[in-house]
Amino acid sequence: SSTENVDPQKIAFLLRKQWTLYSVTPMYKFSYGNLKEYSRLLSAFVAAEKQKGLAVEVGNDLGIKVTLSTLLGLKGTDQDQVAVLVQIASRSQLPFENAENKVVWSGWFCCISGDDLLESVPEDFTCLSLFLANGAESYTAIVGSWFQKTFDCYFSRLTISPLNLAWMAAMWTGCKVDSHMAATELVFSVPCIPQSLDISYAIHSEDAKALWDTVQKTPGEVTQEEVNLFMDCLYSHFHRHFKIHLSATRLVKVSTSIASAHCDGNIKVLD
Amino acid sequence: ALPSWEIEGMQQRENAKNPKQALQVRRSSLSAWQIGERTAGPKTADLKSAQKHEKGKQQSASDRAGNSTQDHLEQALTYFERGKSSDNFNEVLQKHLATVESIALQRGLSPEGLDVLLNVALSGHLVNTRILKCLIPASVIAESSVVSAVSWLCVGKCSGSTQLLFLRWLIAMFDFIDHKEKLHALYGFFFCSLQDEKLGMQPHLQALLSLYKLFCPELVSITLPAKMKTYFKNSESLWKAAINTIRRRNQGTSPTSQQLILGTGHPQSRKRKWNTQLILPACSTDANNPTRSKEINHADILSHSESFPVEQLHTFSQLLQNIHRLEFPSQMGSVLRNSLLLHYINCIKDESIYLRLYYWMGQTLQEECTWYKLDNQQYEEEFKDFLDIVYKTECFLQEGFSSCEEFLYKSLPLWDGFCCRSQILRLVSWIPLSSFSEMKPHLCEPLAQLFFTSSLYFKCSVLESLKELLQNWLNWHVMQLDVESDPKISPLNTTLSGLVNSVAELIHFVGWIATVALHLENNATFLLYFILDFYETHSCPSLVFICVRIQRALKSLPFVHSFRYRTNLVAAKENELIKKTILQFKFSSQTYQEYNQYIMAMVGCLWTSSAFQKDIHPQGIRLDPEVLKKTRVQEVRNSFNIVHHPALMGYAILFLQQAWPEDKTLNFNLIKGRRWNWYLEYLYVQGLQGLKLFIESSINRVSQVSQTKSGNVQV
Repeated sequence: SSTENVDPQKIAFLLRKQWTLYSVTPMYKFSYGNLKEYSRLLSAFVAAEKQKGLAVEVGNDLGIKVTLSTLLGLKGTDQDQVAVLVQIASRSQLPFENAENKVVWSGWFCCISGDDLLESVPEDFTCLSLFLANGAESYTAIVGSWFQKTFDCYFSRLTISPLNLAWMAAMWTGCKVDSHMAATELVFSVPCIPQSLDISYAIHSEDAKALWDTVQKTPGEVTQEEVNLFMDCLYSHFHRHFKIHLSATRLVKVSTSIASAHCDGNIKVLD
Repeated sequence: ALPSWEIEGMQQRENAKNPKQALQVRRSSLSAWQIGERTAGPKTADLKSAQKHEKGKQQSASDRAGNSTQDHLEQALTYFERGKSSDNFNEVLQKHLATVESIALQRGLSPEGLDVLLNVALSGHLVNTRILKCLIPASVIAESSVVSAVSWLCVGKCSGSTQLLFLRWLIAMFDFIDHKEKLHALYGFFFCSLQDEKLGMQPHLQALLSLYKLFCPELVSITLPAKMKTYFKNSESLWKAAINTIRRRNQGTSPTSQQLILGTGHPQSRKRKWNTQLILPACSTDANNPTRSKEINHADILSHSESFPVEQLHTFSQLLQNIHRLEFPSQMGSVLRNSLLLHYINCIKDESIYLRLYYWMGQTLQEECTWYKLDNQQYEEEFKDFLDIVYKTECFLQEGFSSCEEFLYKSLPLWDGFCCRSQILRLVSWIPLSSFSEMKPHLCEPLAQLFFTSSLYFKCSVLESLKELLQNWLNWHVMQLDVESDPKISPLNTTLSGLVNSVAELIHFVGWIATVALHLENNATFLLYFILDFYETHSCPSLVFICVRIQRALKSLPFVHSFRYRTNLVAAKENELIKKTILQFKFSSQTYQEYNQYIMAMVGCLWTSSAFQKDIHPQGIRLDPEVLKKTRVQEVRNSFNIVHHPALMGYAILFLQQAWPEDKTLNFNLIKGRRWNWYLEYLYVQGLQGLKLFIESSINRVSQVSQTKSGNVQV
């Protein structure tokens, strides 16, 4: 978290939505100064793709409106690029002046601690390597294609490995939550024929937090050993009761009162 | 991207005929259609292509035996040709329509069939939309059909939307029309129809014309709003999937001269990701990116020296003329399909180009790899095609891509050795030269694992690919020597000693796997051929190991291999000499010692008939007498000299026959003393110059007459 001005409304808007994750290669000749222009072009593009087949001229009344804006407060470090939010809103059919546009799709790009991953890319490139999308897949496809064509970048679905999910489980369990804490749930997948078997393991948040507090040595720091230990404790507890070795299965979903994540690359932040 | 017809029209356009002439109502003779060559029967339905609409019909069509499908098609076409009934819900009509659709999607329609259907569709038939949607050509479209179709437009029997659909179809299928001269003459008609109320000045037509005006302003007289930016929905998508599948099916592997269209876009198949990049992006200019276009327009508002758009680049001379102002395509991946642009990026030293290509290719290879992600298995053919393109590009540029190298390192450990085998092995041969210790865990170990556990054919393929790898390293290094070395970029591995080290280690690696492979495959001659081939590329002292192997395989060594072995020997000698002339080498004394020992061993074999004797070198060929006894070969010591050597024995026989023609028994022992020298001369006359070189440089003959003594060349 940086010291920039945070727009609480915008950030709040990101919560309680399911986001699909993509990784994006660096964008070529992307300019923060041209966001308005990009909005216009992308609006026309989206409208053209959605319509029945006629060409669409930029600037006309299109029925949908795309806005690109920056999202402050979402940088990992100061070297990271500013996050960019893209929203598609459909023009309201009502003729009222103050009729609001309903947001039908949102996506945002951000940079996650880029300094260690991507060493020095030349100036022409902008590293916004994480993209999160919420809304209809067709819109994601259209917006993604436009970015790919315009900035020569590449989107690929990001999957979350069980190792990373375990990290998330540990870290989120350790966070303090004031409001009512939902149960912490871990879902494991076992490959079976004909269909895979899913095991859901739910723990009281207080218990989970208590366990994590005994494992974590330094507050604010998380190490791999601590995560492993945390998970091993949970596994052995499960084994004691059910005689199933969860360590041999594959962790596919983690859900806590703060956030949830699925290995397919979907996350949801609740608080 | 601009459809190709616009460019052609620009180049070949005749004077626009008076539109009124084009409006003559014509009706081509429909009775002339015949089914062309009888097709050999329906190809088996390609279960892989999930891009068909009507799967059910497809399967039922494939169930029918050969000719009956053809009959159905003939019936359907006859029905349409006669086409009196305008009853849309006629069962017969539906049945015939279904037949036509299924066959069209399965293998395309013949030109004559297309002719019939086009006329039907545009003459007011009620199911014309469905018909237009299934007009997939199997091979070509006759120009006459198109011309007659346009003439139908003039009659005005079909609705505006049908006309629009026809125009879309025409644009999508333009490249399939066999001749286009008459079509070019009809452009006047197309422009005229813009003034028609039905079509009107629709924005898409306006936009198309404004593009056309960019290229040929003198031909478009209509005033159009300037600087119009428009987006078009991808209109070919309706037919694109079907075209590609049918083309691939009908023609087997696509010929290299064809355009590299791979796979298909997302609209047809819901399962295919939208961000799939197996479709090479079209070469379109960067004008999409307003940052870029602002930069470009800024300079050229007044002057005419605008940048040359990449769509207009068709010939090499154009490239040369415009090289200073060429625009790059918006997606760098598209250069893979354009050899002119490849020339261009070969000479331009712009880091951002390489980076863009690097990111794109790296991601594409990783995402589309069929053994990384199980979802991709059904797209193996397309991935193979893509790998082929990457390989061809590397051959064109004569260097390997680092993204490709990284992909190989990541994917080889997971590779089964079967999927896309020839493509992957060819890509291995383009791995750039680098420190071998880096390569070893990533390349050598997984490759060795696969090598030892695979078939003979795979082993040979790997050896061949490693031979190519070696060759490419050597070639690349030779080219580097020519180029002025930039002091900035000269990492350790491009120096000569780096090259030598890596080469030596690679050869050592190959020697190891080859030895084991011969063991496993029981000295299969096919394998031996490839091993010898490798050593011929850049032979080296490791030749000696072959002696050992060959000795064990003494029973079944065919003449061919002997000949190859001899060639290797010769080449070894020559190469060593060449190497020595490059004095930049700082050979250690150890290398010299090894070299001397090899020479001694070879001389011992060839000359002094003391094979397998004194040799303390670890790779040497000294063998214990007991082992030699086990081979049950008489006269082991002689067995590799110039008379008895399997490769040279043929010459010895010929020599004996010439010298003693009446003597039927071949007594090799006759060749000694004076006759040994004659025999040697005989060999030289036969063209074994390499042997001559070797013997003259390595062997110091004390006397001309009888005794010979071997010695070493002074180093």
